[in-house]
Amino acid sequence: MSKLHTLSEAIQKYVHDGDVIYAAGFTHMIPFAAAHEIIRQKKKNLTVARATPDLIYDMLTAAGSVKKVIFSYMGNPGVGSLRIMRNVIEQGEMEWEEYSHFGMISRLQAGATGLPFMPMNQTGAPSLEKANPNIKRITDPYTGAEVIVVPPLNPDVAIVHVQRCDKHGNSQIWGIVGEQKEAAFASRHVIITAEEIVEEDIIRSDPNRTVIPSIIVDAVCHVPFAAHPSYTQGYYDRDNLFYLAWDEISQSTEKIQNWLDEWVYGVKDRDEYWEKLGEETHNRLKVTPRMSSPIDYGDY
Amino acid sequence: MDYNNAELMTVNAARLLRDGDVVFVGVGLPNLACNLARRTHAPNLVMIYEAGVIGARPSRLPLSIGDPCLVSGATAVCSMYDIFSFYLQRGNVDVGFLGGAQIDRFGNINATVIGDYNQPKTRLPGSGGSMEIAGWANRCYIITPHQKRRFPEKVDFITSAGFLSHQKEREASGARGKGPQGVVTHLGILEPNENGEMILAALHPGVNIDMIQENTGWEVNISANLRETLPPSAEELRILREDLDPTGIYI
Repeated sequence: MSKLHTLSEAIQKYVHDGDVIYAAGFTHMIPFAAAHEIIRQKKKNLTVARATPDLIYDMLTAAGSVKKVIFSYMGNPGVGSLRIMRNVIEQGEMEWEEYSHFGMISRLQAGATGLPFMPMNQTGAPSLEKANPNIKRITDPYTGAEVIVVPPLNPDVAIVHVQRCDKHGNSQIWGIVGEQKEAAFASRHVIITAEEIVEEDIIRSDPNRTVIPSIIVDAVCHVPFAAHPSYTQGYYDRDNLFYLAWDEISQSTEKIQNWLDEWVYGVKDRDEYWEKLGEETHNRLKVTPRMSSPIDYGDY
Repeated sequence: MDYNNAELMTVNAARLLRDGDVVFVGVGLPNLACNLARRTHAPNLVMIYEAGVIGARPSRLPLSIGDPCLVSGATAVCSMYDIFSFYLQRGNVDVGFLGGAQIDRFGNINATVIGDYNQPKTRLPGSGGSMEIAGWANRCYIITPHQKRRFPEKVDFITSAGFLSHQKEREASGARGKGPQGVVTHLGILEPNENGEMILAALHPGVNIDMIQENTGWEVNISANLRETLPPSAEELRILREDLDPTGIYI
């Protein structure tokens, strides 16, 4: 069954005001195009979860879509501060719930595998455990020692960008696989954006590379360059000049509004956005091929 | 030979790594230090990145922790859950590098908040992976400029554990790693004594004890075997400047 949708249809159908969303990808393949569509559709009161909120949630916050953030590292990766989210938190204007990376990922792991909680060993650091009542201790019934536990995270929607998938949603990812699989299995609905939609035969030629199976996918959207300004392994580089520019833009309400007007509200979709970026940017982000050595699955 | 503070810290951090170490690397100076060590005295260093990359051989400076340049040419890639559990929690990581806004007398780090947690004066990025790295890597090193505001006697918020209030308290905490074994600054190196208190162990060339004291928020005890570090060599500086960071992003 084909699950092909336009991104606009998929967001309309599966993202609702008040939802908990998880836009996956650990600084790699961040689904920016989907966030821009959420902004265009003026979704409100979202709880946004991600290990690293990154520019994608800074943008959603700037557009007024966010009520609460669940996170483990709030910075502009490789650049510095994530100014908009930091500012609303310091002003007391946004709720937040915080973990370490492993705590955050363990919440997804519990959610993705249907477990009531996930245990993790103690790290010795006391303060976050005191600040966040969701981080608890239980006694290991086998040794009597205390272990830390975190509850499952089951978002309403996961949005995952992938290199290629078929029309059913069988999705292949290579490079940094971060928490995409866990986010997808943990969530009630899954939206895939893909650089390429390929025939099922291509997927079946290399099943080990499939990270997300069709059975948990709701919508498949063909959106090349959906991760810009972040990277997609083998397809394009990070637009680091934009990450640096955001540090400047995000310091002024007027500049943020102008940027949203021009680059989000002012374009119809990702194709128009990519065209607008222009040839110089396209060329700057190109990567030289580096092919893997083929493997033999054998004909059985 | 002329060198700057970033070069001085990077070279001294690199020298703390041993050949064969499995290192959990962060972007910035730790990444430079590991790559420098691998090209000098530690050719068998294994670099692991928290995004889930093992045996990375990055051909450029990673722009962020999830840079695809870490993957191309690496020995393995896994999920974040796997890197933190199979590798770090299981005890397969020898060395972790840490940074943070504040480091206290017992090597505890605050990277979360200045002021009240619920009504923060300054909201910092938070733990990321540092809580687990500090708890579970066999040994940890901290690289930071030496300034009084960065070295309070006691941090308000312990994002990642040093020795808490005493070596014994860390041992009782259930954290498997040995804790911070060195704080490399632009003035010298602090190391824990038997109580877990960070004391002055080495001075960089041209630095005296008064300069350390002036820039530290507690009365620093001095090791009985106070050393002076060797200045960065011409070869170390050449590798840093010509090969690793030719456009001077970090150094």
